[in-house]
Amino acid sequence: MSIRGRIAIIGAAETTELGRIPHLSAIGLHADAARNAIADAGIAKSDIDGIACAGQSPVAVAQYLGITPSYVDGTSVGGCSFMLHVRHAAAAIDAGMCEMVLVTHGESGKSRVGMAGFGGGGDGSLQGQFEVPYGPTGPPTMFPIGVLRYMKELGLTHEQLASVAVVQREWAAQNPRAMMRDLVTVDDVLSSRMVAYPMHLLECCLVTDGGGAVIVTSAERARAMDLPNPPVYLMGTGESSETPMVSQMEDFTTSKAFRVAGAKAFAEAGISHADVDHLMIYDAFAHLPIYGLEDLGFVGRGEAGAFIAEGNTKPGGSLPLNTNGGGLSYTHTGMYGMFAIQESVRQVRGTAAAQVPNVKISIAHGVGGMFAASGTLVLTNQEL
Amino acid sequence: MDLTAPSERDEGAEVTTTPSKAVPRPTPETQPFWDGCAAGELRLQRCSSCDAHYFPPRPFCPTCLSDQVTWETASGRGTLHTYVINHRAAPGFEAPYAIAVVQLDEGPRMMSNIVGIENTPENLELDMALEVTFEPRGDMMLPVFQPASTGGGQ
Repeated sequence: MSIRGRIAIIGAAETTELGRIPHLSAIGLHADAARNAIADAGIAKSDIDGIACAGQSPVAVAQYLGITPSYVDGTSVGGCSFMLHVRHAAAAIDAGMCEMVLVTHGESGKSRVGMAGFGGGGDGSLQGQFEVPYGPTGPPTMFPIGVLRYMKELGLTHEQLASVAVVQREWAAQNPRAMMRDLVTVDDVLSSRMVAYPMHLLECCLVTDGGGAVIVTSAERARAMDLPNPPVYLMGTGESSETPMVSQMEDFTTSKAFRVAGAKAFAEAGISHADVDHLMIYDAFAHLPIYGLEDLGFVGRGEAGAFIAEGNTKPGGSLPLNTNGGGLSYTHTGMYGMFAIQESVRQVRGTAAAQVPNVKISIAHGVGGMFAASGTLVLTNQEL
Repeated sequence: MDLTAPSERDEGAEVTTTPSKAVPRPTPETQPFWDGCAAGELRLQRCSSCDAHYFPPRPFCPTCLSDQVTWETASGRGTLHTYVINHRAAPGFEAPYAIAVVQLDEGPRMMSNIVGIENTPENLELDMALEVTFEPRGDMMLPVFQPASTGGGQ
C-alpha cells in the first residue's frame, strides 16, 4: 500500500510579502498564506476539514481561520515539519480520515511580532546541561559543527563550500522575490564576516519574515474539481529523526535522518536519481546541500563539493538545485521547509521565477533542527 | 528547533543584566555525572550486556534498553573530533572561542570547550589529544578539555 499518485497538492502560496513584515504577527502570517493558498486552489474555506502547522498550535490557526477540523496535526520537528505534515495528511486522506488538509507556516523571524518563546527545553534539558554551557549562540554556532570533520575526512575545501552560496545567488538573481540578488564570487563569500569558523556570513541563511501554505487532497477529488492550477501529485514521501543534540550525531559527515527519509521517498516513488529534474535541499547553511546531495544518493561520498563548484547545480546545469535562491539568498524565516515545497510546486507547475525547462519530477528535502529530523517529498505533474 | 534568542536577531538590543555563563541544571538521571564533576572525575555509564559506554546519561542502555548499567570513572582522555569557532559570544563568554566535540577514549562523544590554548584554527588540529579538566560554573563544575600533557602539546 502506498500513497503514490493517490494524493495531490491543489493549492500552494506564500505570504503576500516576504522579508520584513512588521505589521503581521506570526499567526497573521499563517493566515495570510492560508488565504492565498485557498485562492490559489479556487476552493471554499468550508472544503477544508484538516489542519496542520508547526510553530503555532494548529488549534490556534484553525480557530483564527474559523475552521473546525476533523484532522489535526501539530507535528513540530523544526523546519522540515511541513514535509511531514504533507506526508501525514496524505496517509490520513487515503485512509478516509479527512478529505482536504490545509498546511500552514508563518514566522515573524525578523520582526519578532507575536512569536512564541524559544524551545530547547531549558537548563535542565539534555541540551541545557550538555551543550548550552559551552556557549553556542544559535544555529550558526551549532549546526555547522561537523563541517571541519567533513573537510578532513572527505577533502571538501573552503572554496567549494563557498561555491554553494555563489551558485545559489545565481538562481536568486533571476528571482524578483529573492531578498539577495546581487551576484557574488567565492572571494566575496570567503571575505565576508566570520560567524562561526569555518562558516562566513554568506554561508549562513537569511533571517526574514514570511510564510506559506499548501492544500492537500486526494488525486481522485483533484481530478473531479475545476482547478485554476494543475494539481501536483505526491509520488513518494519519507521522514526520520536522529538526535535533538547535534553533538550526538552518529557521524558528523552524514545525516542518518537524511538517508532514511530520502531512501523511503525514492522507494515509494519508484524512481531513480536520473528521473529527478529539479531538487530542493533545505539550506540553512552552505554545507546542507553538500550533505543532502550525498545522503540522498545523487553523488558519491565526498563528491558533492566538487559537483556544486563545477556548476552542475547552477542555472543550465544537469541538476538544478535550490532554484529560488534558497535559504541563503531567497528567504529564511526560521523553518524554511515550506518554501522548499513552494518552489518544488512552482517548478512542476512551470510557474517558477527561474523556471527549469520541462520539470516533471521535483524533490523537496527538508531538515529539522540541526540534523535532528528530516522529511522528503517527491512531486510530479504527471498522473500516475 | 530554532535556538536563536530574540536578542541576537535584533542588532543592538540592550543587555540589562550582568551576563554570566549558562549553568547546567541536573536531573535525577544526570545527577551522578555532575557529582563526578564536582569530585574532579568524568563519569560515564557503561552497559553490562553491551560492554559499551554511552552518553548523555540515562538509566538504561540506548543500544539494548537494559537497565544493567553502571557508573564508571572515565580516563578523561580524548581527541578533538570537530568544532566551530564562535565569533558571537554567548553571555559571559569572550569571542572568539571554540565549541568542540570531543571523542572520548571510551567511545562516546561530548560537546565541550577547549582551554589552555588560544582557540585558533592553527592551534586546533582535528584529532589532537585532549584531557579533561573542570571549570567552576555557578555552584557546579563543568568538564572542559585542554591539550593532553603527554601528547606533546603546549
